[in-house]
Amino acid sequence: MESFLQQVVSGLATGGIYAALALALVMIYHSTNHLNFAQGEMAMFSTYISWSLINAGVPYWIAFFATLVIAFAGGVVIERLIIRWVEDAPVLTVVIVFIGLLMIFNSVAGWIYSYDIKVFPSPFPDQPIQIGTLYLGPHDVGAIAVTLIVLAILFLFFRYTSLGLAMRAAAENPESSRLVGIRVGRMLGMGWGLAALIGAVAGMMVAPIVFLDPNMMAGILIYAFAGAMFGGISSPGGAVFGGFFLGVTENLAGSYIPFIGNELKLSVALVIIVVVLLVRPSGIFGKVTVSRV
Amino acid sequence: MCSRNHWLRLAAMTAGLILVFAAFPGDQTAYGQDEIRIGNTNPYSGPASSYGTIGRAIGFYFNKVNDEGGINGRKINYISYDDGYSPPRTVEQIRKLVEQDRVHLLFQTLGTPTNSAIHKYVNKKKIPHLFVATGATKWGNPKEYPWTMGWQPNYQTVSKIFAQYVIENVPGARIGILYQNDDYGKDYLYGFKAGLAEGIERAGLTGDQAPRIVMEQSYEVTDPTIDSQIINLKTSGANVFFNISIPKFAAQAIKRIKAIGWDPLHIINDVSTSIDAVLRPAGLENAIGLISAQYIKDPASPEWADDPGMIDFLKFMDKYVPAESRNPAFTVYAYSVSQTLVYVLERCGDDLSRENIMRQAANIRNLELPMLLPGIKINTGPDDFYPIEQMQMQRFDGEKWVRFGDLLSAG
Repeated sequence: MESFLQQVVSGLATGGIYAALALALVMIYHSTNHLNFAQGEMAMFSTYISWSLINAGVPYWIAFFATLVIAFAGGVVIERLIIRWVEDAPVLTVVIVFIGLLMIFNSVAGWIYSYDIKVFPSPFPDQPIQIGTLYLGPHDVGAIAVTLIVLAILFLFFRYTSLGLAMRAAAENPESSRLVGIRVGRMLGMGWGLAALIGAVAGMMVAPIVFLDPNMMAGILIYAFAGAMFGGISSPGGAVFGGFFLGVTENLAGSYIPFIGNELKLSVALVIIVVVLLVRPSGIFGKVTVSRV
Repeated sequence: MCSRNHWLRLAAMTAGLILVFAAFPGDQTAYGQDEIRIGNTNPYSGPASSYGTIGRAIGFYFNKVNDEGGINGRKINYISYDDGYSPPRTVEQIRKLVEQDRVHLLFQTLGTPTNSAIHKYVNKKKIPHLFVATGATKWGNPKEYPWTMGWQPNYQTVSKIFAQYVIENVPGARIGILYQNDDYGKDYLYGFKAGLAEGIERAGLTGDQAPRIVMEQSYEVTDPTIDSQIINLKTSGANVFFNISIPKFAAQAIKRIKAIGWDPLHIINDVSTSIDAVLRPAGLENAIGLISAQYIKDPASPEWADDPGMIDFLKFMDKYVPAESRNPAFTVYAYSVSQTLVYVLERCGDDLSRENIMRQAANIRNLELPMLLPGIKINTGPDDFYPIEQMQMQRFDGEKWVRFGDLLSAG
């Protein structure tokens, strides 16, 4: 029982990692209707920027927010310089551009910072919290809280601000939006910026747990995708739920179902992606999209 | 018209010439008598590029050898290509080294998957494939692959040494194992189990006295964390933890064990003993008490300050290795393995045929090198393609590794 609880807690912690990145994926989908495969690498790169700042002596929280600004600007620049040219291109072209971005970020990070693992500081205390026989990592708890705070801010932003409304409109119906005076191009750029910003938060929360290296996000991205698909790619709350669900399921299935074990943990994530796409493509909490033909 | 005929004739002649040359393939090696061509592949780009330091350091060492007059009057021409740790590129580069550059031998090609990809090819072509830079056990199989030889203690030897340590020091140990689910992890795991079984039988241990494995947990390189595995291992009640993982996961494990209040005897595989790349990220205070094994002298350790071998090595570093390429652990490795090759080539005398190079490589007797731990002797023979088979145990004291006990070998 004790180990069962510990597995659940540890699953929630890893789930928090997936949830944060899943949120960034949903963000891009929300504002551009694309799934960005380079999301993880962009997050990793932002984390390196933050690491450089901290290593140069900048205090943690200043570096944290400076990185958010830089990531946001970077996201806007990428959208304006690269993505807008393939906006109307076939899906395959867009996918290939995303994969290209992924490889560029990965290689450039390796080239600049080398492939050795780096220690990334956590803003939370170091000593584990012990409740009976259960151990909680303060960073794990903190990271989950940060993810939930980001989710709440996003919800408020899209629900109650006119900028949020304009962004949603630009993604869902660019032509009508243009007619009512929304600058669609600018909104798409903002969407990318916001996604990059959320990715940066995810990166800075993940790095203290898994250590910072250029391949840090490779495995996480697949789980984040599965989480986002499961909860609903169009629903931020759903994606966060999906991330947590996956983290816990993965741990429990790996530990208690002998047939799955640790070898097939990743397969569980992939099976979830396939099943969701077959049975309910919009995910559990997602809106069913209807398109006029 | 005239000019067209002219071109046709020229083309025909060229084609003829190519045919003539092509008719003398294989043995007609084009190298001059005044140099020894040594081919190598290393990951200078890509995810494993930190290992590229080894390939470069070998080049620096050969510069030193050439400055001092070469080997039996011949200069070394070291040709090292980038394969990015990608097996298809290794195949491409090795073919280029063998068929275009016509190297005498291949040396220190780096990586297990990469060397696996060229294993058959080099043996079919009968190219000496010496002292490969990987610890897999399969490189010492002269019956099937008489042209390939490893160098460092192989994974099975290392894990047998660890098994022996557990048997002698922890009566009735309950062992939990974490391993990477691939060739490397399974090689270690296999060696450990074999070593445990042999050791228990040799010592005649029975019942509660005999150590046993209570749990094995695997992880995939793509896993973000190994937290779940560590929790399961703790729950299994193991009091010895054998950790077979690469630096990233080793560092995670060292940190996580303390964070969930588990306190086993932690044995870490020799892949992940680097203080800078593993222990510092994990937190030096979390690493106190770690056990591992070693075969080379650690330049960071004060005990070698007055050691003549170390003094020579540091002089070499100063003179030949540019500051940005100075990774002490990798450089000691490159330095020692290059010395082994130089020893073999010196013994070849003027007969640099591939057969003779291989014969000399398989005929090393009690070779001691300045940067190997005192007492370690390199021995090979026609049936023994495992050059280094001795190691010494070491324990981390919070600052540095401290060696203890006698040299061990997996008999």
